[in-house]
Amino acid sequence: MRPFTYTSATNKEQALKASTKTSHYLAGGTNLVDLMKEDVERPDQLIDVNKLDYKKITSNEKGGLSLGAMLSNAETANHPEIRTNYPLLSMAMLSAASAQIRNMASNGGNLLQRTRCPYFFETSMPCNKREPGSGCGALKGMNALHAIFGYSDNCIATNPSDMNVALAAIGATVEVQKKDGSSRMIEFTDFHRLPGDKPEKDNTLEQGELITAIHLSKPEFSDHYYYLKIRERSSYAFALISVAAGLQVKSGVIAKAGLAMGGVAHKPWKLSKAEEFLVGKKPNKSKFEAAADLAMKDAKPFEANKFKVEMGKNAIVRALTQAYEREA
Amino acid sequence: MKDIDKWKETVNSDNLSDDEKMVLDAMGLNGSSRRKFLKQVSAASLSIYASSFFTSEIFASTMKDLPENTTALLNEIKVNLRVNDMVKPLTLDSRTSLLDALRERLALTGTKKGCDHGQCGACTVIIDGKRNLSCLTLAATCEGKEITTVEGLAQNGKMHPMQEAFVKHDGFQCGYCTPGQICSSVALLEEAKNGEASYVTEDFKNIQSGLTLSEEEIRERLSGNICRCGAYNNIVQAFKEVHSGDDEMPTWEFATQEQMDKAKNA
Repeated sequence: MRPFTYTSATNKEQALKASTKTSHYLAGGTNLVDLMKEDVERPDQLIDVNKLDYKKITSNEKGGLSLGAMLSNAETANHPEIRTNYPLLSMAMLSAASAQIRNMASNGGNLLQRTRCPYFFETSMPCNKREPGSGCGALKGMNALHAIFGYSDNCIATNPSDMNVALAAIGATVEVQKKDGSSRMIEFTDFHRLPGDKPEKDNTLEQGELITAIHLSKPEFSDHYYYLKIRERSSYAFALISVAAGLQVKSGVIAKAGLAMGGVAHKPWKLSKAEEFLVGKKPNKSKFEAAADLAMKDAKPFEANKFKVEMGKNAIVRALTQAYEREA
Repeated sequence: MKDIDKWKETVNSDNLSDDEKMVLDAMGLNGSSRRKFLKQVSAASLSIYASSFFTSEIFASTMKDLPENTTALLNEIKVNLRVNDMVKPLTLDSRTSLLDALRERLALTGTKKGCDHGQCGACTVIIDGKRNLSCLTLAATCEGKEITTVEGLAQNGKMHPMQEAFVKHDGFQCGYCTPGQICSSVALLEEAKNGEASYVTEDFKNIQSGLTLSEEEIRERLSGNICRCGAYNNIVQAFKEVHSGDDEMPTWEFATQEQMDKAKNA
């Protein structure tokens, strides 16, 4: 690991002031410290933000709940209000990593997790995300775990987070503090970006900006929800494909659907067309299959990850079925 | 008295500490087989075997502040590490992980370095009551925190019930993951008491405190600790005994055709 100076901030002003182009904020550290050991991340300064007072769950004006950015994933997922009102979020967050890592990882940090593409981790390999201009090793390399939607020739990596997939299905806004002391709101679906010609940028944060809260939309999927995570072993692994499915059923008809996929793109992949298609339909297998076909229609897999198309369809049908059949 | 003389006296008089006796009992060695075993093992090995699991006295004598090479320190930080109810002020390179501080500076080598990347759980310690990975925790962030390592689980020279259960049920083979497994299991006892959910919990909305965990739940919740020897059945058995008093060996069988069909159509 390269040398860095360590500072602990006790309030946001201190943290924002200390931040530079080459510094990083340190929250749980589960991803950042690992990447520093791998020599992928090379900050010359760490600003510890764990003492900042963004550790609560509060009500927001949208009729939903807001998650403090420094609250741990474990405390968030197991908060009684979250389990009751946003069980889809709890389920997705609890499918991630291990109990130890969930105790450490923060909500803000989860949004900023970097890809697990092996070319990104291996510094002897080309990777435009790690070293812009060096090329994409995965494009013609080992890409069984890579994107099937929204990629570019510069990068075909996927976003690894489970929490992000649930947030895309539920709907949320990210609040960030800017360096000048003001704050701004970013729609969750605009928070992460597609690689385009700037794969080194995972999201739309600007330099020095600090996430302080995630404001959830009002709870709509507390009865019918399921987070399906398909992986190479049944626990403590990243998803090959995951699906967050939430349904609101009124008088036997779908009133609202929240649907997003993980493991398929550079950002959590919201299935807007399938969501719209499902509204007004009676929930049954043929409708779920039609929604899945619609969702996967534009998939452009590589030779090694063709399996994700069929697996993705089946996963959508299964997640929707599990969500619908769950006893409310 | 030389160690070897002390050992001979121990062997001949059967003058063993309680912990050593417990280990021998757990190994099923009594009477002549016990004396034979004691004569076969080297002078120090049994007491090391016993002490590496549990005694707080041994812990007290092994926690050190190893000399630091201050000239090699870049970006020096100072931190008061509170480990197993003792506080040590340390001066460290800002890059030092909690794991390295425990092992290399405090000589608390019970906590193991496995992958050093958060993928195996061997370095699990309990920080402020919660299980954490010490390899991904910077020591600099630990000021004011209460850290418990495997050396701190024993009380008054008596093993923690989870340690006893791991010995009794052979919850290990090589033993390298064991300190992490035990710390993780001890923290999980509390999580179950608090009624915390896991990914395999059926109903997220109506969870009561004081959960009794099924084998499936235990396996999911301990999945952050990898055992390369594959002692999982025994680990689950050890956990179950302390958690619910049920110490039946977990069993498994091939899925029936009916179960396979159900899973495929789910």
